[in-house]
Amino acid sequence: MAWISPAISDPRLKPLVFLLLGLPLLLLGYDLAGELQAPGSRLGADPGKAVVLVLGEWGIRMLLLTLAISSLRRLTGQAAVMRYRRMVGLYAFAYLLLHFLAYLVFLAGLEGRQIIQDLSERPYITVGFLALLLLVPLAITSTGGWRRRLGRRWVRLHRAIYPAFALGLLHYFWLTKDGYGENVLYLVLFALLMMERIMNRRRSGRRSLQPET
Amino acid sequence: MLIRKPDDIPGSEITPEQHFHNRRTLVRTLGLAAGSALLPGITRAEADEFQVPAVDDPLTPEKIVTGFNNFYEFGTDKSDPARYAHRLTTSPWRVTVSGEAEKTGEFDYEDLIAGMTPEERIYRFRCVEAWSMVVPWSGIPLADILRRLEPNSRARYVEFTTLYRPEEMPGQKAIFSSIDWPYVEGLRMDEAMHPLTLMATGVYGKPLPNQNGAPWRLIVPWKYGFKSIKSIVAIRFTSREPVNTWQQIAPREYGFYANVNPAVDHPRWSQARERRLPSTLLDQNWMPTLPFNGYADQVAGLYDGMDLSRNF
Repeated sequence: MAWISPAISDPRLKPLVFLLLGLPLLLLGYDLAGELQAPGSRLGADPGKAVVLVLGEWGIRMLLLTLAISSLRRLTGQAAVMRYRRMVGLYAFAYLLLHFLAYLVFLAGLEGRQIIQDLSERPYITVGFLALLLLVPLAITSTGGWRRRLGRRWVRLHRAIYPAFALGLLHYFWLTKDGYGENVLYLVLFALLMMERIMNRRRSGRRSLQPET
Repeated sequence: MLIRKPDDIPGSEITPEQHFHNRRTLVRTLGLAAGSALLPGITRAEADEFQVPAVDDPLTPEKIVTGFNNFYEFGTDKSDPARYAHRLTTSPWRVTVSGEAEKTGEFDYEDLIAGMTPEERIYRFRCVEAWSMVVPWSGIPLADILRRLEPNSRARYVEFTTLYRPEEMPGQKAIFSSIDWPYVEGLRMDEAMHPLTLMATGVYGKPLPNQNGAPWRLIVPWKYGFKSIKSIVAIRFTSREPVNTWQQIAPREYGFYANVNPAVDHPRWSQARERRLPSTLLDQNWMPTLPFNGYADQVAGLYDGMDLSRNF
């Protein structure tokens, strides 16, 4: 396993990870291009809805991956994984923002009245939107400059990812009619990550060494 | 002796000519359907006169009708039914008839429709998820089938059950499902006897593909699609309102009636508009949803005096 540490630290890995995380978007772009050429060929009879769903699913997966990175560091001792956290987090935000934009265009038809009604009267849309709003300041302050400027407050601010993920998951459960397999999987993974944090806190509370993230 | 002159007779007492001629047919039909004389709804003779309203919109392509389905017995993705339903064996197909009727027991479904000729019916089909299609079904008016079973006067509702066969229906094995299989649906007797209500046995001029609910399924065009239960294996006449599957899962979202109603929103979807499939990226094909899915002239009378926002 001695190769892992240098591999993760290798600067050449970063563009590779960047491409990998963007792959679902690339594939979706390919499907979209196909759809425009021949409607129904790549995304089925209701392509707008398919686009919204696929972006939302990848958004929540990326968000979960963002949360997994600090756990991964503690569990493996590989500090270099932290270099990827910002990228993964920004990808999560990008997927979720596109998910929202796709909803605006394809499911709300860019109709103001419909959008306002959805946001105010459909709880699952309200919580999904709130989750996205919570992530906006995190995306903006994700740069090194902001991190330095905010100091300790940066850490506190970025804890907003927890309620954002919880709301996002609630949104996902709420819109699922049946077949909760994937929802439950993400809930379990989220619970495991939270447990790891609690255990780490207890341990570091005793030793008061581990910096909090 | 007072002899009334013709103009003394009020117009309301004169039998219109067309009904006069129909009376013989009516009497004959009533004789044949003696067991159903007490049934609510209309008589066979009136059903014969019934004009199925024409649908002017273009048909949804066959590929979509048979490839984009909600049939959770095979999975929750719209493409799952077309992918997995080939495993289903539909022959023989036994159907249990029970409850408030004379002819109860187990039958081959083909015996229940023997001698009846399927009719082609082009209907709008509106899903509660706000998409819709226009589908050329073929089938037999449900009333004809139910009359043959001779429901008695206590039969106020009829309940239908879908096949439960997890070894052929992978969705019924799903661990994280909230559905208590088998799938159940129901209609009030007058809804079931309405001439628009169809027991479909085919679509696009072919026998019903498995993913569309082979070998026979209900089509109730003025209600949301989930009322149109597929692959039926049990018919039960009852005096009590059946609890349909979706109502059981989420009673605040899905009711017993589930009439298409743009004025009553589902908590998760606005029901004011629908995407007529195929929808494309550049044109979602939104159109306004019509009360009773456009069949108000035919069925609104069934619900006179009912508060449709409470009986959703």
